[in-house]
Amino acid sequence: MLRYTGKRVLLALLVAATVSLLSFLLLNLAGDLAQAIAGPEARAADVQALRRQLGLDRPVLIRYVEWLGRVVRGDFGESYYFQLPASEVIGERLPVTMTLGGLALGFAVVLAIPLGVLAAVRPNTWLDRLALTLSVVGQAMPSFWFSLMLILLFGVALRWLPITGSDTWAHFVMPAIALGYYATPAFMRLTRTGMLEVLASDYIRTARAKGIRTPRILFKHALRNAIIPVVSLAAVQLGFMLGGSVVIETVFALRGIGFLAWESITRSDFPLVQAIVLILALLYVGLNLLADLLNALLDPRLRVG
Amino acid sequence: MPAPGPPPALLLDAAAAAPTPAALLRRRTLRHGGIVFGGSALLLILGLALLAPWLAPHDPYDQELSRRMLAAGWHAGGTWAHPLGTDNLGRDYLSRVIYGSRISLLIGVSAMVISGLIGATLGITAGYFGGRTDLAITFLVTTRLSIPVVLVALAVVALVGSSLRVVISVLGFLLWDRFAVVMRSATQQARVLDYVTAAQAAGCSPLRIVLSEILPNTMNHLIVVATLEMAQAILLEAALSFLGLGVQPPLPSWGLMVAEGKQFMFVKPSLIAMPGVALFLLVLSINLLGDGIRDVTAPEARA
Repeated sequence: MLRYTGKRVLLALLVAATVSLLSFLLLNLAGDLAQAIAGPEARAADVQALRRQLGLDRPVLIRYVEWLGRVVRGDFGESYYFQLPASEVIGERLPVTMTLGGLALGFAVVLAIPLGVLAAVRPNTWLDRLALTLSVVGQAMPSFWFSLMLILLFGVALRWLPITGSDTWAHFVMPAIALGYYATPAFMRLTRTGMLEVLASDYIRTARAKGIRTPRILFKHALRNAIIPVVSLAAVQLGFMLGGSVVIETVFALRGIGFLAWESITRSDFPLVQAIVLILALLYVGLNLLADLLNALLDPRLRVG
Repeated sequence: MPAPGPPPALLLDAAAAAPTPAALLRRRTLRHGGIVFGGSALLLILGLALLAPWLAPHDPYDQELSRRMLAAGWHAGGTWAHPLGTDNLGRDYLSRVIYGSRISLLIGVSAMVISGLIGATLGITAGYFGGRTDLAITFLVTTRLSIPVVLVALAVVALVGSSLRVVISVLGFLLWDRFAVVMRSATQQARVLDYVTAAQAAGCSPLRIVLSEILPNTMNHLIVVATLEMAQAILLEAALSFLGLGVQPPLPSWGLMVAEGKQFMFVKPSLIAMPGVALFLLVLSINLLGDGIRDVTAPEARA
């Protein structure tokens, strides 16, 4: 297990380093940062002065190494707009995004696992079809549009929930549903396949032969084994959701790092954008590492690889 | 001397009794609800896109400020001259929804082709050669997956300046991961089959083996991923345009139309409902078609 962990951690670090390089290059070479900050009407001399002031006139690889050196020491640069360290601005907003991600994950799991179990117990019936339809329909709806429809239904027609902001728990309900709904198909399918496989196995037959009642078999014997891959999927999906929170947070004006990223892009506050891209990538890499390790912990057969 | 086969008449009988694989495939396809529905809906949308200038009742860019925010034809106060009403600038909404299909399809197909070329090349190379090549490409895929796509796409579009071409390239260069993953495993499976070994023994070059043996036999996987990625690209373009960093006004992108209608959603929700439904139907039909193709070409893979 130690050897396996070491290998995985090393790979994760390597991925993180590559992602940081790629995103740095992408944001620095895609366009002229100084021009973007100064605006299209700025005089060429001013843009040049700004470029020198921000150090953008030096080779990009040197800037990357310097930036990485500071990042390793916890310095993510300074936001042009807030005139504060990026880490401070992000630290203030990160809890909102993490709460949203956690709630969305919770919503997805609570909806998908029972549906997946039911679909596996009654395969090819109307229940199974209903579950399938829900997932097909869900995947085809644009998330921002689904969010707006939720706002029209729960915020405007029924007046149950606040529409925008992040002050109370009620503000998180719609965003969590909107974000979590997109993860449900994956959880449902994995639970269904896992359950179908487990239910066909010998020890379930033995349990049935011993006369154990069906609910107990399903939830105590079968689900326990079927759910192993779901645990690691949860970590991976959380990473996806944090990355996808840009759209949802912007629709609901939820003040997390996704919304912050969008605001920063429209304000040309690129050090902050850079820092958020890196943080989201690191979170994704970290969660994937966690998923791998959890998998190995729960299923010893995987530790050999 | 060749062994005497059964008389020709018997061969014909056997052929009549057991339908050819192609006939079986055709029959399965026509009986598959998802393919029939998804395929016809997609054809319909494609027809709308191609025939937009003849089908749309008005010019989608024509502003008529005296006719702003008209209700749909069947509502009181609506007129059948504008069947779906007009937007805040008095542009005919039906025409804009019809023209919007062109943008979604153009972006979906182009981004899918770019990402397909990148992803399939990487995936097949990894699957065919294995070893270090495979490790390197798998690492590349893992890295790509760790990049938050929406955020990076937004930032790059903001920096480069948004145009249709920029949006297409950004999506094309960011969405190749699934092509690579699927084609890698499909190639790994095909590589060990007898006909590939035979071609290798006959001295064919890897390029030729890939093009004439592996590609045709993994084509069904490629098509399925292509549909999924096309749907993905369409949804992403809509999201980028909705956030103001994709296709720019006055182009009638469905995502942009939802963003423009958002300011008026409390007084006229139909402005966001219609482009949203259009997006939903397009993506749904592509997904149903893709799932259907997977079902009929690989019946054993059905979950």
